[in-house]
Amino acid sequence: MNLKTFKHGIHPLYCKELTARKEIERAPIPKTVTVPLQQHLGTPCQPLVKKGDVVEEGQKIGDVVTFVTAPVHSPISGKVKDIERYPYPVGGKVLSVVIESNEEVKEWPENNTGLDMDLITPQSIRDAVREAGIVGMGGAAFPTHVKLSPPKDKKIDTVIMNGCECEPFLTSDHSLMLEFPEKVLWGMKVIMKAVNAQKGDRGIEENKLDAINIIQEVVRDISPEIEVVPLETKYPQGAEKMLIKATLNRDVPMGKLPLDVGVVVNNVGTAAAIYDALKFKKPLIERIVTVSGNGLTEPKNLILRIGTSFKEAIENCGGMIEGGERVVINGGPMMGVAQTDLDVPVIKATSGITVLTGDEIKPKIYHPCIKCAGCVEACPVNLMPYRLGDLARLSRVDEFKRWGGLSCVECGCCSFVCPARRPLVQWIRVGKVKLREEDKPGSA
Amino acid sequence: MATTLFISLLAMGGLGIFFATFLAVASKKLKVEENPIVEKILNELPQTNCGACGYAGCLALAEKMAGSEVAVDTCIAGGQEVADKIAELLGVESNKMGRMVAVVLCNGGDIEAVKNAVYRGEKTCAAANLTNGEKACIYSCIGYDDCVTACQFDAITMNNNGLPVVFYDACIGCGACARACPRDIIEMHPEDHKLFVYCRNKDKGAVARKICKVACIACGLCVKDCEIEGGIELKANLATVNYEICPQDEKPTGRCPTKCILFGKEEENTKSAVMEALMKKAG
Repeated sequence: MNLKTFKHGIHPLYCKELTARKEIERAPIPKTVTVPLQQHLGTPCQPLVKKGDVVEEGQKIGDVVTFVTAPVHSPISGKVKDIERYPYPVGGKVLSVVIESNEEVKEWPENNTGLDMDLITPQSIRDAVREAGIVGMGGAAFPTHVKLSPPKDKKIDTVIMNGCECEPFLTSDHSLMLEFPEKVLWGMKVIMKAVNAQKGDRGIEENKLDAINIIQEVVRDISPEIEVVPLETKYPQGAEKMLIKATLNRDVPMGKLPLDVGVVVNNVGTAAAIYDALKFKKPLIERIVTVSGNGLTEPKNLILRIGTSFKEAIENCGGMIEGGERVVINGGPMMGVAQTDLDVPVIKATSGITVLTGDEIKPKIYHPCIKCAGCVEACPVNLMPYRLGDLARLSRVDEFKRWGGLSCVECGCCSFVCPARRPLVQWIRVGKVKLREEDKPGSA
Repeated sequence: MATTLFISLLAMGGLGIFFATFLAVASKKLKVEENPIVEKILNELPQTNCGACGYAGCLALAEKMAGSEVAVDTCIAGGQEVADKIAELLGVESNKMGRMVAVVLCNGGDIEAVKNAVYRGEKTCAAANLTNGEKACIYSCIGYDDCVTACQFDAITMNNNGLPVVFYDACIGCGACARACPRDIIEMHPEDHKLFVYCRNKDKGAVARKICKVACIACGLCVKDCEIEGGIELKANLATVNYEICPQDEKPTGRCPTKCILFGKEEENTKSAVMEALMKKAG
């Protein structure tokens, strides 16, 4: 098979066999959920409920009148216990609504007109997607209705569904494609309708051959205008710009969006959520989360309600293996954020929870850069990480910006390959923070 | 042989004379008038290029001062003494400068604060702040030494409790440490501020109490005890001194249950006192 791919990148240990091809399990409804009012990029939501209110599953509990935002819905039926700032898996604290369950489960009746391609208009799709609070479920959590509203002067010709899932350990997208391929394809057709695109591409890494086969079969049945593109297994194949390069051989220039080259990229999870939103009028209140890692008794692919605590998710998988240090990461080991508090909730963008053992992250002492250019070779966005790392460390933010520090996608390839074990991506992230502080008005 | 010598002497000599004439003419014709006052001002400035004034080093500031674009007391590091000298050079009057001092507003060190994780990454505060750090309190001092590294005047050090201490007598108030702190725990205050709330935790009392022994639990006792209405306020679960209203000799009554509001503590931290205490503890 002639596999398409992009230049550079790395081949980490994928460790996906822990959960790959395991059936998706539905976790029991949690007793309490903590729902952050900001789970997306953009304006945080204002709470629409008060302490003591009784809410129903799927009821909107937070919204705000701006374009770049996504409303938040109650994942369970119950009573609002508290509205306060609670820890958040991406770091810091965010205003959250705590809901105590009354153990009622709502049935979502089918809405037959929802998916009639002749009846729905692009605007009605966008409205439904916004109302359902759908955001990019691959990790960045960008509100999806914004992505589906391209400016008038930009013509979108191709929609790409991202089924690469290049992050080690995670298999949530893979299992979704295996078990619900129709959902993904219908979601994709809706997206194509919304942005008026003629062509659809799906990128899947070749280590998921079974998923490729299943999807290809369904494509033949429902929509032949969609092409399935098998891609080489490489990290970070699932990054937006890398995916566009690999499937269409188009380069997204620095600082530009995929929109500018006529492409809209969406995660398969997002497509499935759009299907649910149209077919059942069901908002985004649960998602598939891979709970995996060598520090865990029984790794699983779970359907978890948004707001379930990490602790409960881990307990659903038999808990952590006793003894020694454990590292709990929101996401996968390459790009995820290590957690310091297990009460943080699962949010819309949590595609996985990885539990590593202490031995796997032994403290590494770093050495001087030997200028081997391994990081330059590995960087998928063609930066010079060794240089950016030093500039960031020395707070030379002007130069950091000039050397393209802001286009770093923080994939971690540079730190991965560095023979001197320099924490390059961490320095670059610090550099970005420093640069943002410097750009703030009013600072010297 | 003699011809070769003669030709080379003539060629080199000729070139020498030519360039000498050129340089002599150029130095007269292309002369840049330099303000002699700039150099005099520069000599008065500390020349540490600390950046506290906001300009790209002492020379840049000296040029601005010579052009009367900025006040003579802009150099924070130099303080009153330097301002007076520069005012004399420029023939203007200098104002009385208030001295600024850095204050570390967190008392939750290794002993007091609860730690709920182990951090294995790069040991700088800026990097550790990308995660939530080791301490359960996300408003607390992270305890690596970004502020110490930032200080060019050796006026701050880490104590054995993992917290930075500012030497009250050595701090010149440039604010480099405050800028380096990713959690904004270090604040710059005029010398006459004596009452501080040594906590930045904005959690509710019950949460704050669990994660740190010396956190402000927003009980409001200090607010009630303050002699002047509004002198101390509760803002976002944190007691905040309103320095514009609160008299400078206002003392808390000592009813604070976690002893996080203290009076006049900073003045005790002179360099010799702190170093002595550190040596004693180290044995």
